Amino acid sequence: MSDNLPAGVERRDFDGVDRLATRGEPVYGEPTDGEWRAWDPTRSKLGAMFELGMEGGFDGGDTVLYLGAASGTTVSHVADFAGPTYAVEFAPRPARDLLSAAESRPRLFPLLADARTPETYAHVVESDVDAIVQDVATRGQARVALENRRFLADDGRLLLAVKARSEDVTRDPADVFADVEAELEAAYEILERRRLEEYHTDHLGIVARPR
Amino acid sequence: MSENPDRGWFDDVDPDGLEGAREAIEEGRADAPADWPALAVEAGFAVDEDAYYDRLHEATTMAARETIREREAADDRQLVHAVRAMDDCERTANELAERLAEWAGTVDPDARTGVDYARELASRADVPPEERRLVSLADRVVGLADEAAALRAFVEERTPVVAPNLAALAGPVLAARLISLAGGLESLAKKPSGTVQVLGAEDALFAHLHGRAPSPKHGIIYVHDAVRGTHPENRGSAARALAGKLAIAARVDHYSGELKPELEAELDDRIATIQARTDSGGDTDE
Repeated sequence: MSDNLPAGVERRDFDGVDRLATRGEPVYGEPTDGEWRAWDPTRSKLGAMFELGMEGGFDGGDTVLYLGAASGTTVSHVADFAGPTYAVEFAPRPARDLLSAAESRPRLFPLLADARTPETYAHVVESDVDAIVQDVATRGQARVALENRRFLADDGRLLLAVKARSEDVTRDPADVFADVEAELEAAYEILERRRLEEYHTDHLGIVARPR
Repeated sequence: MSENPDRGWFDDVDPDGLEGAREAIEEGRADAPADWPALAVEAGFAVDEDAYYDRLHEATTMAARETIREREAADDRQLVHAVRAMDDCERTANELAERLAEWAGTVDPDARTGVDYARELASRADVPPEERRLVSLADRVVGLADEAAALRAFVEERTPVVAPNLAALAGPVLAARLISLAGGLESLAKKPSGTVQVLGAEDALFAHLHGRAPSPKHGIIYVHDAVRGTHPENRGSAARALAGKLAIAARVDHYSGELKPELEAELDDRIATIQARTDSGGDTDE
């Protein structure tokens, strides 16, 4: 399983438990071991995707566009193992925590913008990023992925965590996921899909590449 | 900046002082991204890509920091924090008062419940040493209750400044609660009146959406006299009418800030009509 982990992410022993970890300044009170900090899959959808063995296609020093950075829990780990990382978050309150994660990470760039309107940050985020990580809890998550396709290199990867309840709380999550996947097919080829149920209720992890 | 597709955020920014960087990052637009690090090096903004990324980091963190500070200092944010703190203080004071009453019952035959009794207990002189902890706890309860009252006064004073129409229609505390539940005045202004009507009744609303319950008639606006003072049979209508006016008031407050006293008159008129249905025992249709 660990074969699929990106360079810079390792399984390490924290108090007898084998956990994912990256190297960097602690951000949210996570356990540390020297310069390694544990990556909690129950607090991070990307962490859960890696924990479940999904293949992100990272090969070290990748440029990443992270949509829905929130308080920076996950994006801080991404910046630890990847290269230049653009973190887009709309809400000012969580962005305050994101900012403190960015202060100790010279290649993490916080942007207060709405992931649904990429033209408001296309003058800052570079083209041909190696990966887009998306975790936005709004309606129209497939739309956001399609809109942001413009940033992704042709051989890049989209790592998407779909939250069923953000689309429609009353529908069966399986139906919501089917709709999201169908909409994604317009611009992406889905390589892998997995329910993240063990760690996050009603979430689907998707890895896709542009068509 | 949007006309030329090749203009990055750094084009008009001084590379050394990063003057104008925040404006460029926040106001700039581009339809498509480009290889900005390479273009910036080409344009002489940075000697190499590493130096570009250093400047980008400095500029983005600076812009984000200033924007966050500005938005957090905005008055409606302050109000939201104040009203939430007020509710927390009140709740905690009441909880501790219960605990205190239970304890006091074992030493004081005249023990009563509530904050008033805590106040009485805290003001006692000549406390025997074995009751000192009890009296000290009473003191904390009083402190929390006083803080809640001070916060309420703050909310009552600030809400009419932030949202004059909403405060006039709903009363300052209910207005602040609505802003808090919506997550800010702007979010409240963007909500349809049907949502305003059930703000604070999310559990009941989702139970209804899952098909397990009837639709809620009102959320937090229940505490408004227009709803509470109406016969239960017509509370749904009253809540709908009130929510409609509150939604309009929030929009006026957010987008124009002008005072519109006619809203209050219209609401009073409408509520009087609704309440007259039961007063006269007559027709109940809309």
